[in-house]
Amino acid sequence: MSLLYKNVKQLVFDIDIFIDTVEQGVLVFKEGVINYLNGEKASFADKIERINRLEASADKLQRKIDDEFYRHSILPQNASDIEGMLDKVDEIIDIAKDNLYQFDDELPFIPKELINDYIRLVDTSAESALSVFPAARSFFRDPLKVKEMLAKVYFYEKEADKISRSIKRRLFHEMKDLHLSQKIHLRYFALHIETVSDKAESLADLLSILALKMSI
Amino acid sequence: MIILFYLSSGLFLGWSLGANDAANIFGTAVGTRMVRFKTAAIVASIFVILGAVIQGAGANHTLGKLGNVSTIAAAFTVALSAALTVYWMTKMSLPVSTSQAIVGAIIGWNFYTSNPTDVNTLIKIVSTWVSGPILGGVFAILLFMLVKRFTKKTKIHLLYRDSYIRYGLLIVGAFGAYSLGANNIANVMGVFTGAVNLPTIDLYLFHLDSTQQLFLVGGVAIAIGIITYSRHVMETVGNTLMPLTPEAAIVVVLSQALVLFIFSSQGLSNAIQSIGLPAIPLVPVSSSQVVIGSIIGIGLYKGGKEIKYNILGSISLGWLATPIVAGVMAFLMLFFVNNVFKRDVGGDRTLVVKSDIKASGMEGVSDSVVQLTDTIGKPVIEEPATLLNEPKDELSSTGKTSNYGVYITWGIITLILIMIAAILLYHLLRKKKKYHLIRKQIETIEKKYLLKIENLEKSVEDKIHRHDDLGKELKFRQNEMVTMAMSIIHKNEFLNSLKEEVVKIKANIRDHETRLGLNKLSLMITQDLSIDRDREKFQMHINEQNSNFIHRLSDSFSTMTDNEKRLASLLRLNLSSKEIASILNISPKSVEMNRYRLRKKLKVDPKVNLSDFIREF
Repeated sequence: MSLLYKNVKQLVFDIDIFIDTVEQGVLVFKEGVINYLNGEKASFADKIERINRLEASADKLQRKIDDEFYRHSILPQNASDIEGMLDKVDEIIDIAKDNLYQFDDELPFIPKELINDYIRLVDTSAESALSVFPAARSFFRDPLKVKEMLAKVYFYEKEADKISRSIKRRLFHEMKDLHLSQKIHLRYFALHIETVSDKAESLADLLSILALKMSI
Repeated sequence: MIILFYLSSGLFLGWSLGANDAANIFGTAVGTRMVRFKTAAIVASIFVILGAVIQGAGANHTLGKLGNVSTIAAAFTVALSAALTVYWMTKMSLPVSTSQAIVGAIIGWNFYTSNPTDVNTLIKIVSTWVSGPILGGVFAILLFMLVKRFTKKTKIHLLYRDSYIRYGLLIVGAFGAYSLGANNIANVMGVFTGAVNLPTIDLYLFHLDSTQQLFLVGGVAIAIGIITYSRHVMETVGNTLMPLTPEAAIVVVLSQALVLFIFSSQGLSNAIQSIGLPAIPLVPVSSSQVVIGSIIGIGLYKGGKEIKYNILGSISLGWLATPIVAGVMAFLMLFFVNNVFKRDVGGDRTLVVKSDIKASGMEGVSDSVVQLTDTIGKPVIEEPATLLNEPKDELSSTGKTSNYGVYITWGIITLILIMIAAILLYHLLRKKKKYHLIRKQIETIEKKYLLKIENLEKSVEDKIHRHDDLGKELKFRQNEMVTMAMSIIHKNEFLNSLKEEVVKIKANIRDHETRLGLNKLSLMITQDLSIDRDREKFQMHINEQNSNFIHRLSDSFSTMTDNEKRLASLLRLNLSSKEIASILNISPKSVEMNRYRLRKKLKVDPKVNLSDFIREF
C-alpha cells in the first residue's frame, strides 16, 4: 500500500506525457523527411535537433515509469506486459530518430521524379504510427476499444508497404540512368521510412493481445 | 494456569484456524503482491479479534444448543479432538473444516455423556454447510457481474483501478477478517463458554463478560496464527485452488465475508425476523468451503469451463468425514479422560466420575481444582454439584445409562462403519485421481520419449547422410590420389621409354657433339625420374590423407620405418606392385621385397592378402 493516490496521479501523467513525446517525435520525423526532400536544410537541421531532444526525454520518462512500476509493484500481474508495450512505443521514436540521422549522415540523392513518392511514403508511414498512439492511450482507460482503433494502423501500414514497393520497382525497372549504387541507396531509404510503420504494426499487435488479456 | 492449560486445546485450534483461514481472505492479495503481508497480517489480526469479541456470541449460541459442554475437562477434550482431527486430516490431505470438526466433537460429547442431540439444531447447522457455499456462489456471481459492469462503464485508468483494488482488497479483507472472527470464534472457544465463568471486566466505555473474554483470548490465538504461519499458507496454498485476478479476489473475499457475516449477525437475523421472515441460523460455517463456492460461482459466470467439479465431491466428503472423525475421536478421548484421568466430563458420566474419584482416592486432585477457584475469588469452573447431592437421580441415571449404553454401542458401530466407508470412498477417489494423474504422466513421458526417438532417428539419418557424404568424399579423394598416382606412373613410364629411345639413338650416332647432347638429355631424364616434384607432392598428399592411418600403424607397430609406412599407404590405395614401383621409382622386385618385409613386420597371416589387411586396419 506504499502507492499513494498522489503517486498514481503522477505516474498516469508521466505515461501520457511519454506517449505525447513519442507522438511529437513521429510528427517531427515526418516534417524532417519532407524538409530534406524539399531541400530545406535549416528546417531539417532544426528537426534533427528536436527529435534528438524528444527521444532523450522519452527515454528519461520511460526509465522513470519503469522505476515506479517496480518500486511500488504496480499492476503486478500485468507490469511486464505494460513495460513491454511502453518499450515498443519507445522503439518508434528511436527508429524515427535513427532514420532522420541517416538522411543527415548519408545525404541520399533523391531524383525529382521520386520526391512525391517519398513524401507519400513518409506521410503514410507516419500516419500509421500516429494512429497507434490513441489506441495505446485507450489501452489504459478502455481496453475493449483498442481493437477497433487499430484498424487504421494496419491500413496505413499496408499502404506504406505498397508505396515502398512501388518506389523500389520504379527504381530498378524504370530509372535506367541511375547507378546501381544509387538505386540500392534509395531502396534502403524507402525501407528505413517503412520501418516506422512496421514498428507501429508490431505495437498494434501487442496492444490487441494485451487488450484481450485485460478484458478476460 | 490450569484454566490456560485447559484452554490450550482451543487456543491451538484457534492458531491453526488463523494460520489456514487467513489465506482465504488475503491469499490472493498477498500472493499477487497487491498487499504486503505485514499490512494484511495486521489488518486481519485486528479485525478478527474485533469480530470475535463484538459479534461472536450468535454462532456460539447455536453450538451451545447442540451440546452445552458443561465441564472444563470435557471442553478441553472436545476442542482437542477437533484440533487433532483438523491436524490429522490436513496432514492426510483430506478436506477438513474447523466448523465441522467442532460440531462432530460436540456430538461425540453428546453421545458419550448421553446428552440428547437437538436434531433441529443439527439440521439447521448441516443445512448451513450446504447453503453457505451455495450462497457464496450466488453472491460471487452477483458481485462479479456488478464489478464487471462498473469497470466497463466507468472506464477508470488501469493505474487508478490498481490503486482502488489495493484499497478494496484491504477493506474487504478487513470485513472478511471481522466476519471470520465473528463466525468462527465459536469453533475455537465455543465449547469453553459453558464450562468457564470469568468475572466481567469493566473498561468504563464498555465491559467484557466471560464469553467475550474467552473470545478475546481465542481471537488473539487466531491473530497469532495469522502472524506466525499464514504467510507460508498464503504463499503455498493461497493460490493453488485457482489463480484469481485481484478483482475476482475482491469478489470472492467479499462474498465469503457476507456469508460469514450473515450466519453470525444477531442484528441481521432479528431484522429479518421483524419483517416476518424466518430467522437466519447463526452457525459457524467453513470459510474455505464458502470461498470454494464463490470461486465456482465466478467460474460458472465465465462459462463453467475452468471449474474442477471434483472439488464439490471433496467438499461433500468433508461434510461427512470431518464430523464423523471428530465425533469418534471426541468419544474415545472423553472415555480416556473420564476413566483414566478420572476427570468430570459432564452429563450422566459425572456420577460415575464422582463415585470413582471417591473410590480411587483422587479427592486431592479434585480439591486442588476447588482450591484454585477459591483463590480467584469467584467460581471459575461450574461443578454440577447438584447431581452429586441427589442419590435418586443417580439411580435413575444409572438405569438410563444402561439403556443409552446399547444405543451408544450401536451408534459407535454405525459411525465407525460410515467412517470406514467414507475413508474407503475417499481413497478410491484418490486412487482414481492418482491413476489418471499417473496415466497423464505416462502419456507425457511417452510423448517426450517419442519426440526424443524421433530426434534420435533424425540425427541418425543425418549421421548416415554425413557418413555417406564422407564416404563419397573419401572415395573421391582416393580416386584423386589414384589418378595422381596413375599420372605419375604414366609420366615415369613415358620418361623411361624416352630414356631407352635416347640410348638407342645414341648407339647409332657417331657425331661427338650430338652424342654429348643426347647424354645430357638422358641425364636430365634420369634426374627428373629421381627428383620428381609431382611424386613429392603426391607423397605429401598421401601422408596428409592417411595421417590417422599412419598414426594407428605407428602406435601398433612402433618399429615401422618411413618407407614401410609409405608403402602401406600406397597399398591402401589398392595399387599394384608395378604401379608402386613406378611411383617410388624403384624396381617392381624391390617393391615385392618390401611387401614381404612389411608382411613379416605386421605379422600378417600368409593366407591373408596384405592389401586387404591394410585396408581393413
